[in-house]
Amino acid sequence: MFDITDRSLSLEPLVSAVTRSSSGAVASFLGVVREQTRGRQVLYLEYEAYREMAIPKMREIADEIRRKWKVDEIAMVHRIGRLEIGEVSVAIAVSAPHRHQALAACAYAIDRLKETVPIWKKEVWTDGEEWVGPAR
Amino acid sequence: MKVRVRCFAAAREIVGTGELVVDLPEGSTLIQLLDRIQGQFPRLQGLAGSLLFSVNREYAPSDKRLSADDEVALIPPVSGGADV
Repeated sequence: MFDITDRSLSLEPLVSAVTRSSSGAVASFLGVVREQTRGRQVLYLEYEAYREMAIPKMREIADEIRRKWKVDEIAMVHRIGRLEIGEVSVAIAVSAPHRHQALAACAYAIDRLKETVPIWKKEVWTDGEEWVGPAR
Repeated sequence: MKVRVRCFAAAREIVGTGELVVDLPEGSTLIQLLDRIQGQFPRLQGLAGSLLFSVNREYAPSDKRLSADDEVALIPPVSGGADV
């Protein structure tokens, strides 16, 4: 499951999608909008994606994971549009026979997603705004 | 030759649209494309040092030569916006 959506995100559909009879562990990650960033008060975030490139880049990350660890399945979904404080911007789940692979692969997935997947957020603060994108 | 240019985030706000079609001489590179667009939208120069490119949905170096009907994207990593 690799997707970009404008609907609110929760973990359960991803966990269900990745869990196999061979899975002994499911590791998951949620990115959440926090109220302060670099000392500034956030009003809301606005996410934008280059969808036609972002989903293939998510699949490439999954391929990288499969070359590094023995995992069962990988799911990544990123939300776009306006997000309020406390809302989920990105959800990732990785299943594997054993916990170490699942945890390492999940951490790798979110780090790589931020590096290579063309998704931007506009941080709108009480006193300004800034776009933040892939940090390659 | 004509190439499509997708603009995102700060680049989209400066250009005022998510997509441009730019007519370039055959064999032009990404840098030559950027020069052309910057001529039209000088505020893009504020992003130029940090701008990344993709061609046909793969990241590409700025000296890459373009072909007709390529889909280029301007991918700004981080960009300051005007304080409000």
